[in-house]
Amino acid sequence: MYIIFLMIAISVTVAAAFLGAFLWAVRSGQYDDDYTPAVRMLFDNEIPAKNRKKPKE
Amino acid sequence: MEAALQTNVHTCYHCGDSCVDELIIADDKAFCCSGCKTVYELLEENNLCNYYNLEENPGITGKKPVSEARFAYLDDAGVEAQLISFKDDNICKITFYAPQMHCSSCIWLLENLFKLNPGISESTVNFLRKEVSLTYFHQKTNLREVVTLLARIGYEPEITLADTDGKKTSKPNRAIIYKLGIAGFCFGNVMLLAFPDYLAITGGLQRTFGSFFGYLSFLLAIPVFVYSARGFFTSALEGIKQRMVNIDLPIATGLLALFLVSIYQVTTGTGPGYFDSFTGLVFFMLIGKYFQQKTYDTLSFDRDYTSYFPVSVTVLKENSEEEAVAVRNLKVGDRIRIRNQELIPADAILLRGQAMIDYSFVSGESEPVEKVMGEVIYAGGRQVGESIELEVVKEVSQGYLTQLWNDSVFSKNEEQSVGTYANVAGKWFIIVTLIVAAGALIYWVPRDMDMAMKAFISVLIIACPCALSLATPFVHGHTLRIFGKNKFYLKNTAVVETLAKIDTVVFDKTGTLTEPSAAELTYKGKALTAAQEQSIKSVLSHSTHPLSQRIFLSLKGETTEILNFQEFTGKGLIGEVNGSIVRVGSASYIGVNVDAVKDTLKTTVYVSINGVILGYYTFYNVYRQGLKDILKELNDKKLAVLSGDNNHEEARLKELLGTSAELNFNQSPVQKLEYIQQLKNQHHQVMMVGDGLNDAGALRQSDAGIALTNSITNFSPSCDAILDATAFNKLSKFLKFSKTTMRIILATFAVSLVYNVIGLTLAVQGLFSPIVSAILMPISSLSVIVFATISVNIAAKRAGL
Repeated sequence: MYIIFLMIAISVTVAAAFLGAFLWAVRSGQYDDDYTPAVRMLFDNEIPAKNRKKPKE
Repeated sequence: MEAALQTNVHTCYHCGDSCVDELIIADDKAFCCSGCKTVYELLEENNLCNYYNLEENPGITGKKPVSEARFAYLDDAGVEAQLISFKDDNICKITFYAPQMHCSSCIWLLENLFKLNPGISESTVNFLRKEVSLTYFHQKTNLREVVTLLARIGYEPEITLADTDGKKTSKPNRAIIYKLGIAGFCFGNVMLLAFPDYLAITGGLQRTFGSFFGYLSFLLAIPVFVYSARGFFTSALEGIKQRMVNIDLPIATGLLALFLVSIYQVTTGTGPGYFDSFTGLVFFMLIGKYFQQKTYDTLSFDRDYTSYFPVSVTVLKENSEEEAVAVRNLKVGDRIRIRNQELIPADAILLRGQAMIDYSFVSGESEPVEKVMGEVIYAGGRQVGESIELEVVKEVSQGYLTQLWNDSVFSKNEEQSVGTYANVAGKWFIIVTLIVAAGALIYWVPRDMDMAMKAFISVLIIACPCALSLATPFVHGHTLRIFGKNKFYLKNTAVVETLAKIDTVVFDKTGTLTEPSAAELTYKGKALTAAQEQSIKSVLSHSTHPLSQRIFLSLKGETTEILNFQEFTGKGLIGEVNGSIVRVGSASYIGVNVDAVKDTLKTTVYVSINGVILGYYTFYNVYRQGLKDILKELNDKKLAVLSGDNNHEEARLKELLGTSAELNFNQSPVQKLEYIQQLKNQHHQVMMVGDGLNDAGALRQSDAGIALTNSITNFSPSCDAILDATAFNKLSKFLKFSKTTMRIILATFAVSLVYNVIGLTLAVQGLFSPIVSAILMPISSLSVIVFATISVNIAAKRAGL
């Protein structure tokens, strides 16, 4: 049963690694803007403008 | 028929404004002004019309095209170096704040800037912060071109002095995310360790590892206690220090009790502790705080009164020409002219003139201080007397002006804000909560220790008067935003509550009810020689009074130097030009026998040189457009007019204001102030609307002082709000709307009361575990926020704002 000590140690370490990754992500600015990327990804494909005029003579 | 109908409802294809003044048709599309059309053509040429497919009428009105020459300062290498964040041989990186961006079309257009200017390699938008970060090749283009382009398409970046000061705008506040992350991590792990407790079957496991799990949980709870939860404790402590009961107090008490009891249980081996509840509680409450902060952030961007600050100043060019320059573009070494009653926008050295500086905006001390040539005059002082010339020695900081506007010397709302609904209700609420919590504890301790703990903590957490603490700022914040959109800028949220209580409205006449720029002006008397006109003009150039400015504009010739200028507020001016004494002012000031003046239906300004009365200027007052309607809408309130002029317009004002209105003429600033005081003594809630300069005292004395402004040079820290003259006709709507918002706050309180009654009843009986309360609490806060936001917006639509 003493394997539990080891298991807990591992699980806490893994969780701490995730925490570290999270803190790194925050520091690198990934959480600064949580709105624009969501809008931006909708722009990727250029919609051919429907109402574009032919060039004027 | 159809066509006829359509022409009536044309809205601008670009910005969506209705095309009232002008209608330009191009490409079968209607535009409200040539500015909008130009932007459209620019986009069309570059195949960027997708802009219009993403949102309807996404553009920003181009009605007020401003000269692009004002960006000339960006060519300066020094300015550029301060603004850009990175530069190498090829590229420059820079971030602008562009407050105009408002929809997804804006994001799209701003991220496609490279199509408009090939010198731009990349642009990225942060919509929430309204920032656009650009990378450009400095060989192909330059900063000025980039800014000009942005301004041309309607997204003029706001380059504030804070940027040019070299200090980069503060990094986004990430502390709350760190706290949240750490609390989440600890919470998850402690939950895992507490798992055996949740399942009775693992009793054996608990016996073997109980103390290990307990200590490990303790270890994990420490960072939460020390770091994540710190905000609650410090806030509660500060409240206690100021002898105030704030909402963080019950929360902090609950958390502390939970933490200490858990430590006791773990160390004595009497139980597993409540570390899971403790960490979970902090985690969930931080989630609530996070959303709250985000909403606040978006609100603060919309509160854009800073753009209203004195924002232009007269700069003297080398050829002694005068030019109005935006304060923020003022550079070290510029020579500026400050007239009577104008505010000094930047630290500067006195070059010419007799400076009497009134520092009351900075220190509250109103006795003017005399300064001699060569002395430094600090920003925030106000010149009293003749106009002076200064050389700027330090750049202006708009932040400083904001600070000045918010200075505690002028926050007369202190006692009032203590008495606001939320504070009164909130205080009692918290006291009751603490009593209920203590009662639950006393009741349960002899019966069931575990239950006692649960009930005590649950009560403290669930009863958190979030609605009380959140409803008011959110409703007020949204109100501020809506007012701001309508060009009514309040100093702070407490003003909304003051406005709602107003029952008396006092107007200043000149410049407030009348429109000085539109007044017709005639001169009667002896013909003036060119030299005399010049002298009069020189004297007038030192005064900011609306009438002086109006006459000043009508006179030809250059201004010359004058000596011993003095302005007697409400009376007139005196100054010495080329050895002759020029006096300009009211009949009594000049010494004309008032009874002898027959034509009394207008404002007159007399002129005398060396004691000889030359003649007088007559103003036919033009009242502001729609004034009658506004006054009619305000008829449920007591109206009064305070005028520094004589009573020649009494009949007309009576007709406008109704017979019950009190009209006071020939009022000096002190009399105005006393009149307001007198109204207040009669327990009236007084709103004063003035032009902010010679009414400063009265504005400050009134419950709500509103400075009405046409130009942007007026700046009065003694007012509570700035109202753009174009929005004057909405005054009664503003007042009505502030009343509506008070009702919304009450409704929000009712919602939260229902929550609390149900929540507390269950919590006292110990039916909630603290963790459930911790989850319910943010949910109730969020619903209150949502309720407040939606109802304010609906109310604003209904009020037509």
